[in-house]
Amino acid sequence: MTAHDPSSTSLQLTSDGQLKHFLTLDDLDRALLTDILDTADSFIEVGERTIKNVPLLRGRTVVNLFFESSTRTRSTFELAAKRLSADVLNLDISTSATSKGESLSDTLLNLEAMASDMFVVRHSQSGAPHFIAESVTPGVAIINAGDGRHAHPTQAMLDMLTIRQHKSRFEGLKVAIVGDILHSRVARSQIRALNTLGVAEVRVIAPATLLPSDVESLGCKVEYDMTRGLDDLDVVIMLRLQRERMEGALLPSEREFYRLYGLSTEKLALARPDCIVMHPGPINRGVEIESAVADGPQSVILNQVTNGIAIRMAVMSMAMSGQVSERARARSQEMGS
Amino acid sequence: MTALLNIDQLIGELESGLRRQLEERGIEAPVVVGIRTGGVWLADVLSKRLGLTGPFGELDISFYRDDFSRIGLNPKVRPSRLPFETEGKDIILIDDVIMSGRTIRAAMNELFDYGRPASIMLATLIDMGARELPIQPDVVGRKLTLQSHQRVKLRGPDPLSIEVRDTDQ
Amino acid sequence: MTLGDRTETPLAIKGVLKIENGTQLTAAGKSAQPICLLLQDGLIVAEGQQAAEANADLVLDARGCLVAPGLIDLYCNLREPGAGQKGNIASETRAAAKGGYTTVCAAPDSSPINDSSAVTHLIRDVASARSPIRVLPLGAATRGLEGELLSDMAGLSNAGCVALSNGAETIRNARVLRRAMAYAQTFGYTLMLQPRNQSLAADGFAHDGTVTARLGLLGIPEVAETTAVMEMLLLAEETGVRLHLSQLSTARSVDMVADAQARGVKVSADVAMHQLVFTEAALAGFDSRFHVQPPLRSERDRQGLLAGVRSGVIGAIVSQHQPHDSAAKRAPFGATEPGLSAVESVLSLGLSLVGQGELAITDLVRALTDGPAAILGLPTPALAVGQVADLCIVDPEASWTADAVTILSAGKHVPLSGQPLTGVVRHTICNGQLAWSLS
Repeated sequence: MTAHDPSSTSLQLTSDGQLKHFLTLDDLDRALLTDILDTADSFIEVGERTIKNVPLLRGRTVVNLFFESSTRTRSTFELAAKRLSADVLNLDISTSATSKGESLSDTLLNLEAMASDMFVVRHSQSGAPHFIAESVTPGVAIINAGDGRHAHPTQAMLDMLTIRQHKSRFEGLKVAIVGDILHSRVARSQIRALNTLGVAEVRVIAPATLLPSDVESLGCKVEYDMTRGLDDLDVVIMLRLQRERMEGALLPSEREFYRLYGLSTEKLALARPDCIVMHPGPINRGVEIESAVADGPQSVILNQVTNGIAIRMAVMSMAMSGQVSERARARSQEMGS
Repeated sequence: MTALLNIDQLIGELESGLRRQLEERGIEAPVVVGIRTGGVWLADVLSKRLGLTGPFGELDISFYRDDFSRIGLNPKVRPSRLPFETEGKDIILIDDVIMSGRTIRAAMNELFDYGRPASIMLATLIDMGARELPIQPDVVGRKLTLQSHQRVKLRGPDPLSIEVRDTDQ
Repeated sequence: MTLGDRTETPLAIKGVLKIENGTQLTAAGKSAQPICLLLQDGLIVAEGQQAAEANADLVLDARGCLVAPGLIDLYCNLREPGAGQKGNIASETRAAAKGGYTTVCAAPDSSPINDSSAVTHLIRDVASARSPIRVLPLGAATRGLEGELLSDMAGLSNAGCVALSNGAETIRNARVLRRAMAYAQTFGYTLMLQPRNQSLAADGFAHDGTVTARLGLLGIPEVAETTAVMEMLLLAEETGVRLHLSQLSTARSVDMVADAQARGVKVSADVAMHQLVFTEAALAGFDSRFHVQPPLRSERDRQGLLAGVRSGVIGAIVSQHQPHDSAAKRAPFGATEPGLSAVESVLSLGLSLVGQGELAITDLVRALTDGPAAILGLPTPALAVGQVADLCIVDPEASWTADAVTILSAGKHVPLSGQPLTGVVRHTICNGQLAWSLS
């Protein structure tokens, strides 16, 4: 028996399949992901001009709602919004309202009074952007900037853009994600995006303590061993390892983790010679990746930062566009009836 | 109807008109920029006919349209491609059809984001009239008045042809 | 005492009540012929031809309806004393009566917790004044449900608690658990425990499986329940306590309970109705209504639990009714409070299982009447002369829709809202009085 109505699966899509929020990659098809990448390509070109702003979101207000502080992600969203000519308001909620005991729904009520057009949400609870998208006034677009362990769809899409730039295709690619999959919202979104875009194989390489139960159900193969995992690989994505993982008895030590799962020059040699190395950052040199690899010729880590702005411009303008056309449709239906 | 719109003849008109304008203004090294999609095909043809050796530019004005609030973003936007500096250059801006003038406004706004050109000259294959903005082409292939149910469309790129269609409305 | 904003007393019937033309439904099955019952002074006083010929002050025509013993719930949160915004004894027992219940066990996790005879007396006093149905308090097995010190079990029992329960809390320390069992066994009390190994469950709030893998919700592994079940079964076997495992959620637990029952361990078990109907898939889209504890698990588990009900290893289906104010459920999934407002939906959900062929109607009725009665040591409910007149009259073909208006509970977070549910309770009669009547 289904417990929810079917419309909840398309919370982020308009009735004709356009993006109106950007919450997860789970129900987005290959054509839509490709549209996002193509639109981002156009914004990359914009970023190379003397004037890097386009007037798409002129007069609209984008609120960066960060319940978990992240200067890096917030800055790229802020820059993306400004390049779309939007007015940007940064709210670092982690230090204000909710710490005073105000509930998320009350915070939202207050923010809606400011007549915002878009919320960019970062929250430590999985599903918080879904909750916000269900509760806000129609017309306000919600962009997920990372929720709990659930999803970080803009990060995953910028990684896909980087892969496409270097490999010019997804078909036939073998991609591995190495490290702390369990706690990683980035990995979940990446695995989904890679599958949707049609790569040949996604591998996750980690000890069992850093893998979620039923991880294979996400669409990946599990490898415990780096040597086997790197074989014949086109792309390797290294994840950041948080220090606190030692405390929960998930890992014995950073040193042992680096020895077994860290990406060194020797290990990278096991992959294809043109294998690219990616990392969502910030990097723990000597914990998950050797400096020589991070700065080496196969590393595309810096490239990922440039793409981040373009991807965020793409999803922000596409989601706003979906809201706009949905409102236009609602208006014409009102007039028609 | 199509008999009246001989594409070669129209392009010939454009070419000779442009040559005249360039000569009058004393422009020797213009750069050609076409507005996607029809304008780009014409830019390709005209830059060859004018004997310009350098590459021509392509503008996708999706990010500059003034109707985002009504219809949203073009889902098939592609990157603009201006493979040259525009700062201080004399630009020939080319589109297939001019009507309201809004596309040209958007294109000029976009061009200025690449730098400050010395001049912009506008050439369109067909002028439909019905202007909503104070923008006029410098060179026109042909002026055309259609009935309200008719639409004109350039097909291409090879071969180029002009189609006048009846719409359902 | 100021409790609730209005007083709901049972609709008093003076004299004789007659129910005619209904089909009798008990755990033994349906009657072939329409039945007629005559009720007086809280008892069934006549049946059949004798009842049909008798005069009555009020006649209920049960044509097309099933007449079944009143349902018995082993675990229902009435939120009183305590959280008034989540409901109170008057509102929640009225909701239960609408659901066909004539007896509910009040969970001990009220505020204050029912770990003293004073609280038990309070619950009974309020219930006798405001509840249209029977309320049987469950006493806290440990003080404050903290799992450290034993509560005054005998005192609670003497005050009217029908069993000792540790609510939704665990007794982490196995030594305390063993002593709680030994002490309860001394006096023949039933100990009701929700099996959960808290260090394995940790901060989780959803079944550790494919859905948590995708949604990134913190998982509670199956072993958080099964290791606790195994530990409790071994301790129960050793201490000889009458152990009742509350709200099982895994198929493996059912197997272990079956084994223990087969070797003579005095163990019974129940399952919440929502565990038989839904799985982890209900969490898609972060639907916080389905944040329940224990969590909804896999389809394999649901099948195992259904098999447990069919075989009788699981003796009772409970509502695990947990009304909340809307704010408690209006937050991101992990920040919401667990529990469904279920007591009005249990029967319809059960009938949907019958309709899908997953449960025989006799299994459903047994798990909602005879089963829980046996676990509480009450007489087997029967619609026969001399029995207490606790019954419900259900139209199995009619449908209703759960929404904020139709739901009487203060908690509006029902399992299925906005879609037709089959099975409407026309009347609930408790102790010969109309506890609920569909107007």
